[in-house]
Amino acid sequence: MADTGRAGQTLENYPLYIRSVPTENELKFHYTVHTSLDVVDEKISAMGKALVDQRELYLGLLYPTEDYKVYGYVTNSKVKFVMVVDSSNTALRDNEIRSMFRKLHNSYTDIMCNPFYNPGDRIHSRAFDNMVNSMMMQVC
Amino acid sequence: CCPPITEVCGAKRVGYFGPAQFYIALKLIAAAQSGFPVRIESIKNELPLPRFMALKNDSEVRYGTTAELHGVKFQVPHATLEKNSYKRTDEGDKQEPKSPPMSPICSPPASPSTYQRVPLSYGYGKSRSGLEQQHGAPYEVRHSAHQQDGPSSGNYGTKPALTCSTLNRSLSVEREQQDSSTSYSDDPWRITEEQRDYYINQFRSLQPDLNSFISGSVAKNFFTKSKLPIPELSHIWELSDVDCDGALTLPEFCAAFHLVVARKNGYQLPETLPETLLPEYLQAASLKPMRDCTLFDSYSESLPGGQQTRDFSRTEKASAEEIPDNSALLQDAKKDDKQALKVSTALKMIPKEFQHLTVKTAAQESNALKARPRSRSYSSTSIEDAMKKGEEPPTPPPRPQKSHSRASSLDLNKIFQQNTQAVRSGWLPPPPPALPPRPSVSQTEQPSEVELHPQTNRPPSQAEENSAAKKEVVLAQPPSKPTRRKLRTEAQGLETPELSPTINVTSSLPTVKPHLPVQKQSSKQKRAIQTAIRKNKEANAVLARLNSELQQQLKEVHKERIALETQLEQLRPVTVL
Repeated sequence: MADTGRAGQTLENYPLYIRSVPTENELKFHYTVHTSLDVVDEKISAMGKALVDQRELYLGLLYPTEDYKVYGYVTNSKVKFVMVVDSSNTALRDNEIRSMFRKLHNSYTDIMCNPFYNPGDRIHSRAFDNMVNSMMMQVC
Repeated sequence: CCPPITEVCGAKRVGYFGPAQFYIALKLIAAAQSGFPVRIESIKNELPLPRFMALKNDSEVRYGTTAELHGVKFQVPHATLEKNSYKRTDEGDKQEPKSPPMSPICSPPASPSTYQRVPLSYGYGKSRSGLEQQHGAPYEVRHSAHQQDGPSSGNYGTKPALTCSTLNRSLSVEREQQDSSTSYSDDPWRITEEQRDYYINQFRSLQPDLNSFISGSVAKNFFTKSKLPIPELSHIWELSDVDCDGALTLPEFCAAFHLVVARKNGYQLPETLPETLLPEYLQAASLKPMRDCTLFDSYSESLPGGQQTRDFSRTEKASAEEIPDNSALLQDAKKDDKQALKVSTALKMIPKEFQHLTVKTAAQESNALKARPRSRSYSSTSIEDAMKKGEEPPTPPPRPQKSHSRASSLDLNKIFQQNTQAVRSGWLPPPPPALPPRPSVSQTEQPSEVELHPQTNRPPSQAEENSAAKKEVVLAQPPSKPTRRKLRTEAQGLETPELSPTINVTSSLPTVKPHLPVQKQSSKQKRAIQTAIRKNKEANAVLARLNSELQQQLKEVHKERIALETQLEQLRPVTVL
């Protein structure tokens, strides 16, 4: 059974959205996501003046620790997506992770289109929830 | 006679009428009616079916026979029999008494299939009464077929299944009859023609080009005025902005507006956009001809029952006609409706007069005026509802809520006393400039006007036909003012009321005169005119009250806005990103 958590976080690094399946160990995921932010920041600063294209938005495996892997993705507006996946889930390939991040990014932009959404708010969109749920079900 | 029966059947002992007890009780009743002593043994006899005087027909009789055979099965009719007698008192005499008991059975399965989203009780009640009339015969047939069946649960399952088939048949028949009304009125996610017109009008106010779109911020401001909480508005946006481009095209806007209206009326927002609100659907639907309006009117006339519901739908129509999308077509619709009016002939004089009044420049006013005679013919509650739709241009108008309108109609007499004060104080800029022209127009009007206001529902008894006719014209002015205000900004609206009342009356005066010889002929017509006057006064009072309420609301909203703006200012430096 794969545990998955994902979070979108902004510049100030507070989470806009966190979802994990199954729902226990949520606190652990919170912690993991937070600590992985450091790694993300490191990677962003390392990129420096590199051209920002889709590929580089995907940060890849941040670090494999203990029994899970952490993947990162950052958008043009510095919104970071962090995905924590159980290590035992070896079926997940890099491409799949990329596509998942792409879907997340698309949903996020859809949310941004909503004039009632203020950037920096927590995300309550049902469409977003549905999309995330379906993705996580797919993985598990 | 009854106590012994309850004792004998064991109900008294047990404390309630279970199926067995009920069945025994009926048998005992039959026995008693046939003259047999009330004892357990008598039910063993071959008895004729019990007769129930309270109930018109022998439906109980049939239940009695089935009870003989299947005590278990009786459980279902047991519950419904109570309903049956209850319904008798409600709905009077029915041809097929079976149908009332059947409706509780079949309506639950039916409701998911056809009237799935029908919290509107009037629609449901209407359909049920129609169903009942058509269902008695088929039900009896099937009922006898079922007599030898086994477990009641099986029966219950099959009965609704069979009833559903006839239901669908009857519903399809009904659908043909009432197609525009039921499908449009019952499904809360379907946009009616008048609603669509209103939405289109609102869209136009935000974005004159109907093929273009409304930007997100503009739409946000607009929908925020509806005072729904932001998360809900966010959800509504999510549902309606199908292409997720941050802007609303016309069909998307209509869908969003409709959702807002529905939410304001208490409906829960759906998880996904209903089919009838999809942009493709709405675009296709918008191409349907306006002819549907006239068909709707003729149908509404021919259908029996549910007058209240007709009023409801017709006032929606009335409010739609206030919006001048296509005045020529609307005139036709109104002509048809005029013929269909159940009101006395004298009231038809008024529409004719208004027809002359439409010669003037402002088409909106003419439509509004023409809408008046129709709304006058109904209860004042419906008038208030129509005006509500007209008077809240920035905020989506709430669909009339029955409890509220009834309460307001009760207060009418009280309001009417305050009519003058309400008129003077409640109405802001438009009335003061508009009121003077009225007296200045003609001398005869002035005394009649003075007579009108302080009086209650009693029409002035000493009214000559002249003044009576002119009074109608006079009363035409107040109803039209709110609609004028609705359709233009207040600045613009000020000019037209000043000019048009004068034009109104002068053009109508010559037309009034030809009517005079006709009127002089019968006092019956005069009386009818007086009732019309009375109704106009009621409408006037209602409108005045509504106006004052809205002014109050406006003040509150202003206060809220100021508070929010100060809050915003305070929070501004702290914004993220």
